[in-house]
Amino acid sequence: MSYHSFLLEPISCHSWNKDRTQIALCPNNHDVHIYKKDGTKWTKIHELKEHNGQVTGIDWAPESNRIVTCGTDRNAYVWSLKGEVWKPTLVILRINRAARCVSWSPKENKFAVGSGSRLISICYFEQENDWWVCKHIKKPIRSTVLSLDWHPNNVLLAAGSCDFKCRVFSAYIKEVEEKPGPTVWGSKMPFGEVLFESGPSGVGNRLAWTSHDSTVAIAEGGKTSTISSLSSETLPLLCVSFITENSLVAAGHDCYPVLFVYDGTKGSVTFGGKLDVPKQTSQRGISARERFQNLDRRATSSETTEQGLESLHKNSISQISVLEGGKSKCSTFCTTGMDGGMVTWDVKSLESALKDLKIV
Amino acid sequence: MAKNTLSSRFRKLDIDEFDENKFVDDHDEAVDNQGPDGAEIDNLIRQGDMMTAFHIALRNPPVNTKNPAIKERALAIVLRVLTSFKSSDIEPAVKSLDRSGVDLLMKYIYRGFKKPSDNSSAILLQWHEKAFAVGGLGSIVRVLTARKTV
Repeated sequence: MSYHSFLLEPISCHSWNKDRTQIALCPNNHDVHIYKKDGTKWTKIHELKEHNGQVTGIDWAPESNRIVTCGTDRNAYVWSLKGEVWKPTLVILRINRAARCVSWSPKENKFAVGSGSRLISICYFEQENDWWVCKHIKKPIRSTVLSLDWHPNNVLLAAGSCDFKCRVFSAYIKEVEEKPGPTVWGSKMPFGEVLFESGPSGVGNRLAWTSHDSTVAIAEGGKTSTISSLSSETLPLLCVSFITENSLVAAGHDCYPVLFVYDGTKGSVTFGGKLDVPKQTSQRGISARERFQNLDRRATSSETTEQGLESLHKNSISQISVLEGGKSKCSTFCTTGMDGGMVTWDVKSLESALKDLKIV
Repeated sequence: MAKNTLSSRFRKLDIDEFDENKFVDDHDEAVDNQGPDGAEIDNLIRQGDMMTAFHIALRNPPVNTKNPAIKERALAIVLRVLTSFKSSDIEPAVKSLDRSGVDLLMKYIYRGFKKPSDNSSAILLQWHEKAFAVGGLGSIVRVLTARKTV
């Protein structure tokens, strides 16, 4: 587990390149900074300045090495590396509110942008015009689309939005691809409270999301789609990602990642454990003076003087990304948050450090 | 003329009201729960059977109705049960609830906080402490974000 503090501003969004040596992130302003890893240090190598509003989503396509960014200025740009410089290409999204999230499809021939204008723009490159064109998914979305994730078959898209529903759409564009085969997902599934991040599992049969009312839920597609949810005791979670077929890692306002285990046969989600550096409790006696001070300050004369948070991140975690192993067998993942820091977590060492943790 | 002396009446206009795709909240009117039965609860309180009165009070919460009278009535009944509990009995009562029961109890506690009467706040604070120990911050977040209020 290594913690690196990039800056003092929150990191709005981040994305890694294919071999995980470079990270593109937005330091809560209009630019995107690309940092390169040198051993244990990170140096800034590029600054992508084109947006007029805060950059809300970044995605780096691993195979084609293109970065797509979207922002509150209602635009998206596709950046390609020409020599040593990243060159932007504007994509007209035809939205009248801010763009909120962006994601490349698995085959990288199209990307989806979720926005505050209650629609999803699916953009693809049209060869004859040499231009990125977009199609809109409007019905039946009633409010801002907050999170998007693609199914591995490159056609289905899961979207979570502020109208309390998580939906699965077909984003099939006939100019770009052949007809898809049948999948287990039939139609949309309405649920729950305001949603945050949804992430399909590696094989694409399961969809997980977290919502503002401190619950996490998993839906399994199929003839009889089942939804199981867990109301947690923690503060709301902001992001979630599958790390194996049955386990997911989520993080949020509690500043530490949490593991949840899904049991497909029972259809239940259970809390797996808190993933964080174990506390170093110092065994010093507490003096009478400190006891009275605690009583004065906090109305309890308890032993622990927790001046700050015990977790690695000092503020809410806003995004999780899988670094190695893909969604079906993740071995490292990374979290960034509002404290401007990034932590890379290693699954093996977490498993050995926290003894009763089991990642199935 | 300077721009800032022109009329700024347009700022009072809510542009989203004119949008035909406006978000309209669709509550599904599920089964109308009428709230707990007052007479039955009164009987149980008089007999001293607080646990049963407590469980019955938390059954059939009027979460789906839009009728404020039903909600007020249910709230009054639940608060009567909560305030007649002895302090030592609160913890076992909370422990006997399941997760959604604890969430429901929290919702009633916060509604009770809104309208304090006599010394109801003191006992409600004790209920809150015990319910928080079981439900954690998540149950309070669910009170704040709940669409179906009790």
